[in-house]
Amino acid sequence: MFKRISAAAVLAAATLFAQPAAAQGVEFTGAGATFPAPVYAAWAAAYKQATNNTLNYQAIGSGGGINQIQNRTVDFGASDAPVPTDRLTQQKLVQFPAVIGAVVFIVNLDGVNKNQLKLTGEIVADIYLGTIKTWNDPRILAINPGVTLPSLAIQPIYRSDASGTTFVTTSYLSEASAKWKAEVSAATSVQWRTGAGARGNDGVAGAVRNTKGAIGYVEYAFAAENSLTTTQLQNVAGQFVEPTTPNFQAAAAAADWENARDLAASMINKPGAQSWPIVSPTYILFPRDPRDAARAKAALDFFSWSFAQQGGQIAERLHYIPLPAAVVTRVKAAWANVHNAQGQPVWTGPSQ
Amino acid sequence: MADAVFHALLWASGALVLLILGAMIAMLAYDGWPALRHFGVAFYTTAIWNPVTERFGAASMLFGTLVTAVIAVVVAVPVSFGIAFFLTEVCPQALRKPIGVTIQLLAAVPSIIYGMWGALVVAPLIAAYIQAPLVALLSWLPVVGEVFAGPPQQFSVFTAGIILALMILPFITAMFVETLESVPAMLAESAYGIGATTWEVFRNVRVPYGRTAMVGAGMLGLGRALGETMAVTFVIGNANRISTSIFAPGSSIASVIANEFGEAQSGSLKLYSLLQLGFALFVISFIVLAISRWLVRSRLD
Repeated sequence: MFKRISAAAVLAAATLFAQPAAAQGVEFTGAGATFPAPVYAAWAAAYKQATNNTLNYQAIGSGGGINQIQNRTVDFGASDAPVPTDRLTQQKLVQFPAVIGAVVFIVNLDGVNKNQLKLTGEIVADIYLGTIKTWNDPRILAINPGVTLPSLAIQPIYRSDASGTTFVTTSYLSEASAKWKAEVSAATSVQWRTGAGARGNDGVAGAVRNTKGAIGYVEYAFAAENSLTTTQLQNVAGQFVEPTTPNFQAAAAAADWENARDLAASMINKPGAQSWPIVSPTYILFPRDPRDAARAKAALDFFSWSFAQQGGQIAERLHYIPLPAAVVTRVKAAWANVHNAQGQPVWTGPSQ
Repeated sequence: MADAVFHALLWASGALVLLILGAMIAMLAYDGWPALRHFGVAFYTTAIWNPVTERFGAASMLFGTLVTAVIAVVVAVPVSFGIAFFLTEVCPQALRKPIGVTIQLLAAVPSIIYGMWGALVVAPLIAAYIQAPLVALLSWLPVVGEVFAGPPQQFSVFTAGIILALMILPFITAMFVETLESVPAMLAESAYGIGATTWEVFRNVRVPYGRTAMVGAGMLGLGRALGETMAVTFVIGNANRISTSIFAPGSSIASVIANEFGEAQSGSLKLYSLLQLGFALFVISFIVLAISRWLVRSRLD
């Protein structure tokens, strides 16, 4: 008898709490990576219209995102580079990818059109190492028959602010060139050998646009929006491919999700004749023991919605690549590790 | 009673400034200490900044900070001097006010606007019309040539110095004008009375009278130039290397902190190194400002 009454009371209380929550909407917060910030903002706007729940995302950089989720000052953190397993365990975090992006090289050369110039990872590494100094270098000429290249000094431009885009690009150069790996390696900021740095994607794009003979790297989303002069790249299959959404998707599909630790699957230099070589997921860091279970559930609901059809369309419109369906299943399985104070999983399925 | 409360409030307000300044420097010294302990004095003598291998040295940023600030002062002081002299001696009364107001407006423009304008407009102009002729003219010289060598780069230590010069110009000019105007009218008129020309009055009366205050004004400009962040980050080229050429990209302490602080994780050697850099900048600025205040002060007494 007593049990039944208390159960009814709990149910009544739950409906009482649920009612105003649905009307006012839950507000949840995230902070970190700048690379996916445009798509998170677009998702958040559409999601608020659909559910009245509000995401407040601050693009403060991956490092800041990791710091904030460690201190639990936000509901989730976001990082472009995956966080090592021991650190995830120590900080009681679950990691999962949210969306996939690609990096492209842009150039400023008179008479060279979009996707006309062919480059290899090794050549780009040597350009940024300072060993290839002019555009009419024999190694560039050899793979570009029919393209008129001037005897102009190459001006390499890089991101001066520490960024996930730099991490992805330098990871690619490390795989493409042993010399690069030994001398510079991969990180959100590295010790550049030559060239000049500019702040942000727009800074790099502006510097390349203003400097004859410049080469730089930006997110594809940014190059597409601004119609910048992108280049072809050679992939591991030996093919020269253009930066297009189908080619990014080919690389994402070729990633080894089966053996990915903490859902961190590399998409760099994946096999396949079509695969664009510099593609990377960006990650969400979620506490296993969220302080506020209601907000945590709202945040996971948000990602669940983002992975579904409408979210996917928004991502594609902004030139990002939605996660493959098989990966979404894995991500949702990982969410079972997020527990409330009573030890119950916070997320058991979409609430709407 | 009211007097006692007022007295205490004034004391508290005064003490607050010292407290805040002290807290700032204590925080920077304490939080930056692990970097100094790890690298020793080498932190200030090596020019390596490699986040991958976690080896950090401040030499290239110290170099860039000092060189850009010196370029800024060397360019800004003579121009400020010209403007100030023009305004106080030569300028027709009707123009004096508009020019004076324009200079004040220049001082009010936010530094990030200088940065954007510098990166999009000034940097290409400098590369084409200042750097190219200077390189053609001087780069063949044995030692001086090294300083002016290099391919046309829009973003360089030199560009940053020029942008900084434009930014500190209004401050230095305003102080020069004030100094020149503070020269007692009787002194100048006496000189005119014995047949001195405008130039001679300027050279032998006004400038000697205000010399210390003018040096102080230059130092204050130097202090501002040392710590400027966003404008410099836009145009300096952000390369953590020491180059012999002023037309090569470089970095300053403030620009490196602005670029890397966001990605520095708590407890990392990188964060400690950035805080140690902040401490160094604080100390340098403090010394420069203290000297300039002392010079300005000693003249006014």
